[in-house]
Amino acid sequence: MITVRFWPLSLLGLYNPRKEVVIIFSSLVISKPTKRRRMSNMEFRENIAGWAFLSLNFIGYIMFKLFPIVIALILSFCDWNFISGWAGIKFVGLENYANLFKDEVFLVSMRNTIIYSIGTVPVAIFLSLVMGSILNKHVYYKNVLRLAYYLPNVSSMVAVSVVWMTLFLPSYGPINELLRSIGIANPPRWLHGSSTSLLTIMLLGIWQVLGYNIVIILAGLQGIPESLYESADIDGANVIQKFFKITIPSLSSTLFFLMVISFIRSFQVFTPVQIMTEGGPGYSSSVIVYYIYTTAFQYSNIGYASSMSWVLFFMVFIFTAARTMMNKSNKI
Amino acid sequence: MNRAGSYRARKKHIKLLLTVIMSILAITMVIPFVWMVSASFKPDNEIFDFPIKWIPKTFTFENYVKVWASSVPFYLFFMNSVKVTVLSVLGEVCTSALAGYAFAKIKFKGRNLAFLLYISTLIFPAQMMLIPRFVMFSNMGLYNTHWALILPGMFTAFGTFMLKQFFETIPDELCESARIDGANHFITFSRIIVPLSTSAFAALIIFMFVSNWNQYEAALVYLRSKELATIPLGLSYFQEENSTSYGAIMAASVCSLIPIFAVFLAFQKQFVQGIVTTGLKE
Repeated sequence: MITVRFWPLSLLGLYNPRKEVVIIFSSLVISKPTKRRRMSNMEFRENIAGWAFLSLNFIGYIMFKLFPIVIALILSFCDWNFISGWAGIKFVGLENYANLFKDEVFLVSMRNTIIYSIGTVPVAIFLSLVMGSILNKHVYYKNVLRLAYYLPNVSSMVAVSVVWMTLFLPSYGPINELLRSIGIANPPRWLHGSSTSLLTIMLLGIWQVLGYNIVIILAGLQGIPESLYESADIDGANVIQKFFKITIPSLSSTLFFLMVISFIRSFQVFTPVQIMTEGGPGYSSSVIVYYIYTTAFQYSNIGYASSMSWVLFFMVFIFTAARTMMNKSNKI
Repeated sequence: MNRAGSYRARKKHIKLLLTVIMSILAITMVIPFVWMVSASFKPDNEIFDFPIKWIPKTFTFENYVKVWASSVPFYLFFMNSVKVTVLSVLGEVCTSALAGYAFAKIKFKGRNLAFLLYISTLIFPAQMMLIPRFVMFSNMGLYNTHWALILPGMFTAFGTFMLKQFFETIPDELCESARIDGANHFITFSRIIVPLSTSAFAALIIFMFVSNWNQYEAALVYLRSKELATIPLGLSYFQEENSTSYGAIMAASVCSLIPIFAVFLAFQKQFVQGIVTTGLKE
């Protein structure tokens, strides 16, 4: 009952809302003193110790997390060009937010971000689900293979982007050479073509995230009891049936978690765009974070960029909320 | 008996076949890296020869010389990355361990409220912090210094949560008996909790090392001087300046990836454990 209102506070699986929030709120409610009594010496010392242990992190947290969030909120209601200094700041209310929806580039960037997310997340999850299931039981050298799949994920996005843009060079890059050698006379222009630039970035995104998904799925697969598969074997189920009737349902919470966290990450895609295309050709591969970046740090339009970052927050927030709601509906 | 035997043999064949398929897939996953390494040893005019010669015809170290002797040499980026990463991770582990202990083992007034505050800010994406922190750092004189990268890295709520959760699995009785014997919280923390949590620390350290080492956006926004760049930022500068000498760019990419691959291969187990415990907490 107490948990109901606090669904936004899910932590993407870092904590279990069923447990924590219930504890927090029940204790907040319950610990309300009904009669005043003096704090015992022991309690006093515990309070001091608690805050002493917390202090270092807490001060940093307020300085570098809480305070910036407040600044971001205030700035989003202001028209401020950073170059003009503090004197040039002007309160404009909701004007920034109103302008967003008239801004062609913003709308294109939003559209691209959504295409990127919808195009990469399900594909990457499906591929990693199939590959994870095979890796889990049906191969030799599972750990060596997992390592190979994981390498792209541990690499810095800058390095893989640099390699990727060389591989996909339209005129003499190895990918197009390969395509020409198998008879495709006019291979796509990849990052240099306005219809394929986003697609090429999406391919990189899928390739890079696959290893992470596989590790998560392998961990989820460990939790499925072997007896389920054995009894299905006795009933004569084939591999496909077992995959759809046992593996997928048993992994539903893992898959849901993966979906939420993948969408959240894909909304924040930035580095490959900045390195490989700078949003181009035209605005064909501009995404929301890239547009925030250029608005704030190339055009110094800090207020307007801040209002965009709240739109990003809202997108992330929807998925976080969905996850928490889901956690609740599973509650027995 | 016979049927069971043939079933087992068939299963073995399938397993072998799947291993081959998955290995081919694994090779395609790492092929960009193989191409990168191979290209880094080729002179520029041979890089795009087709069919691809995986073993360079003319083997050269020229590209690496170019990387290490460029106007801003690569070792400078490397030293910057080491400095930023080590200080952030060290700071984070210390502050998070203390805060995690407070949340897990001390009952103090305001704990629940403080914890709630921590949780609620975790839903803000990291990129939202870039603009306000940039404004803050510019006013505090921290813009274009390494502290702009180190300080926010030192105080993450993420490490606090991970350690809090681990500390909670250590039975309270252990701490209480130490307290009865007269140990204060700091002794309980340093003599009991920390030694029992080495695996959690290892996972956190490796995990944070990788993410701090690869941190690009913050470096891009808070640093202006080339001499201060960390490896990812340095690599992007190098790529911009030498946009057509692909051999040198590949050599720079190889140099940027070697440290992280080495760390990953050495601490693979902790790393995977870190992902799983932080990612999956149901």
